[in-house]
Amino acid sequence: MTQQTREGRSIAPSDGPVAAVARRRRRRFSLFTRRDKITLGVLVGIPTILHLALIWVPTLGSIALSFTTWTGIGGLGSIEWVGLSNYEQLVTTYPTFWPALRNNLIWLGVFVFVATPAGIFFAVLLDKNIRGTRIYQSALFMPFVLSLALIGFIWQLQYAPEEGFINNVLGTQIAWLGDPQINIWAVLAAACWRHVGYVMIIYLAGLKSVDPSLREAARIDGASERQAFFRVIFPALMPVNIVILVITTIEALRAFDIVWVINRGRNGLELLSVLVTQNVIGPASRIGFGSAIAVVLFLISVGPILIFLSRAYRRLS
Amino acid sequence: MAESIRETGFTRRSFLRGSAGMAGALALPGAMAACGQDESPEESAGPGSVKFASTWQGDTEALRALVESFTTDTDISVEINEVDGPTFSDQIDSYLQGTPDDVFTWFGGYRMRFYAGQGLVHDISDIWDRIGDNFSDAFRSASTGDDGRQYLMPFYIYPWVVIYRRSVFDKHGYEVPETVDDFMALAEAMQSDGLTPIAFADQDGWPAQGWFDIINMRLNGYQFHLDLLAGNESWTDARVAEVFETWRSFLPYMGDLSAALGRTWQDGANLLFNEEAGMLYFGTFAGTQTEDPEVRDDIDFFTFPAFGTEFDDENAVDAPINGFLVSEQSPTLEDNAEAIDSFVEYLGSGEAQSMFLAENPNFVAAANDVDRSVYTPFQEKMAEIIDNAGAVAQFLDRDTASPAFAVEMEAFLQSWLNDPEQDTSSFLQGIQSFWDSLGVSP
Repeated sequence: MTQQTREGRSIAPSDGPVAAVARRRRRRFSLFTRRDKITLGVLVGIPTILHLALIWVPTLGSIALSFTTWTGIGGLGSIEWVGLSNYEQLVTTYPTFWPALRNNLIWLGVFVFVATPAGIFFAVLLDKNIRGTRIYQSALFMPFVLSLALIGFIWQLQYAPEEGFINNVLGTQIAWLGDPQINIWAVLAAACWRHVGYVMIIYLAGLKSVDPSLREAARIDGASERQAFFRVIFPALMPVNIVILVITTIEALRAFDIVWVINRGRNGLELLSVLVTQNVIGPASRIGFGSAIAVVLFLISVGPILIFLSRAYRRLS
Repeated sequence: MAESIRETGFTRRSFLRGSAGMAGALALPGAMAACGQDESPEESAGPGSVKFASTWQGDTEALRALVESFTTDTDISVEINEVDGPTFSDQIDSYLQGTPDDVFTWFGGYRMRFYAGQGLVHDISDIWDRIGDNFSDAFRSASTGDDGRQYLMPFYIYPWVVIYRRSVFDKHGYEVPETVDDFMALAEAMQSDGLTPIAFADQDGWPAQGWFDIINMRLNGYQFHLDLLAGNESWTDARVAEVFETWRSFLPYMGDLSAALGRTWQDGANLLFNEEAGMLYFGTFAGTQTEDPEVRDDIDFFTFPAFGTEFDDENAVDAPINGFLVSEQSPTLEDNAEAIDSFVEYLGSGEAQSMFLAENPNFVAAANDVDRSVYTPFQEKMAEIIDNAGAVAQFLDRDTASPAFAVEMEAFLQSWLNDPEQDTSSFLQGIQSFWDSLGVSP
């Protein structure tokens, strides 16, 4: 058995009756004992069952409910099947759907093209071990420690038109949160403030794990800083890049707390998550309609992630 | 390294055993508590304490005083469960179907009738049969469900009025306007004196509904307003367009509308109390925003001015009624039936209501046998306005036959306020299409 684990195969000859017996025995020899298998089964099985029951079953339930009308009162018997009419209403007569979709895509775009590159940039800078690097790291990471609801609350005070810090410093009277043209950008500034720290810390950890010989080699070959980063280090960190991209997408599509805390997601701060909440929880009681919105959000979330992951893993393997 | 771990005995198996043991130890108290809970309902044979959920966060002291006096009189204890207002309102559907408290604070209007129709609210017509004479017809009809039975125990009522500070008016020599033309002239004068004539704050979405309600009732009458909210009239009607046209003429006096849309109602009320604004059309509960007794004494109000239409004599006013409902699905409903009955009857008495209003002089009691001599001049005036009002509406989001519509109406009005010059007919067509999509049967 020791021979098997060290070399991974038996030392019996590969044909003839002895080989056949060895092959049969090979199937029965496994790395795990029966007790190990049971333990593994339980440890993997229970979370899987919980995951299926608490995440996938409700997801499929929501998808099914999106084709119905239901007020949530009166038990499952009062569910009425309406086919695609919820989706029709969503795109034609529901005035806040398109602004919400637009805002969700803006949020995603800003996170992917502004906040994440900024985080990566800070990580690269702070990787240089300049003096005070720990102070800068702490300062940039600190906002991540705060919950989004708290950040919404803090920034609401800063953006207040009369007593807020920003208007008093700039001497302006701009209604940062009241004007629907600019409030989404104001809120995104607050959300990016937090997201940059998050990306920075993860990327910094990734950079620390880069083999120094790679950088040596790049320097010897005469690459400039920029070339060294983009041509050598960035591709070497592909696993970290995938993690960051997935995290960014998730954080962007998960946005809810910050706009809810500010003005319950209205007047320019609509998001699909807020629309779901307004319809499902609260006096509106339109479970079927809210589920349709949730399905749209689900498709937007799952789509990019699936695309990224499939392309990345295809490239890796 | 593998050898050293094996020597210390910390193997994977011992780790798993340890964590299973810990999980079991953590689960044990929970299991024991669950066992314990099965026993308690059998123990409480006599009347237990009435469970009472309150969302009136500003009035906790007053409610506690009320409950204490009730307990001293009757020996029935009442447990108050204080809940955040908007959260309660959001979760009420699941709350009422789960294990709700026996009695909870709520209000009249369609949103009460809806839950009554769904069988989630307990019929209290028997209590009304005993003490119904204590209430005017307006309160009786506001408390009645669609099946003719009573469900609400009304507690207090407050009107939506134009609030101002007497000292500001005296300082600049302003007069209370009677007609809309006087009102506009007053607003002009205020503007030239450097005040924002009308304080407006619509971040919460519903204050704008107050403006829509009053202009609609004054121009088109109370019946049209109710029909519109019930879905019997169309939003594309020329009369509704007229409401928005008229409203547009008030907008220049409300200051920067973007700022207004970013302002909570509390900040809006503060504009009035800080003497930055001249008038505020709001519910009288705006008075709770100031703690300063000097300011409180300085506050006065008048009803929204008349438009010179045939409906002027109606004196229609938005005056929401707040009260109490008994939940049908409460697990202790049968056990505590008598206690709940006497508690609800007590809440409908003038004595209870005056005790409450002594702490909170921004409202007026619903019961007739309230001792009006304890009213402040502020409350006297409110009571007079309500007595003289020929028609009392409950506010758009309480009167409308579709709560989903009320939620979306906030967004519609905010989008209109963002662009008041937009084409009114396409705007109203959007509202009507949305209403139609809700499939509300008239």
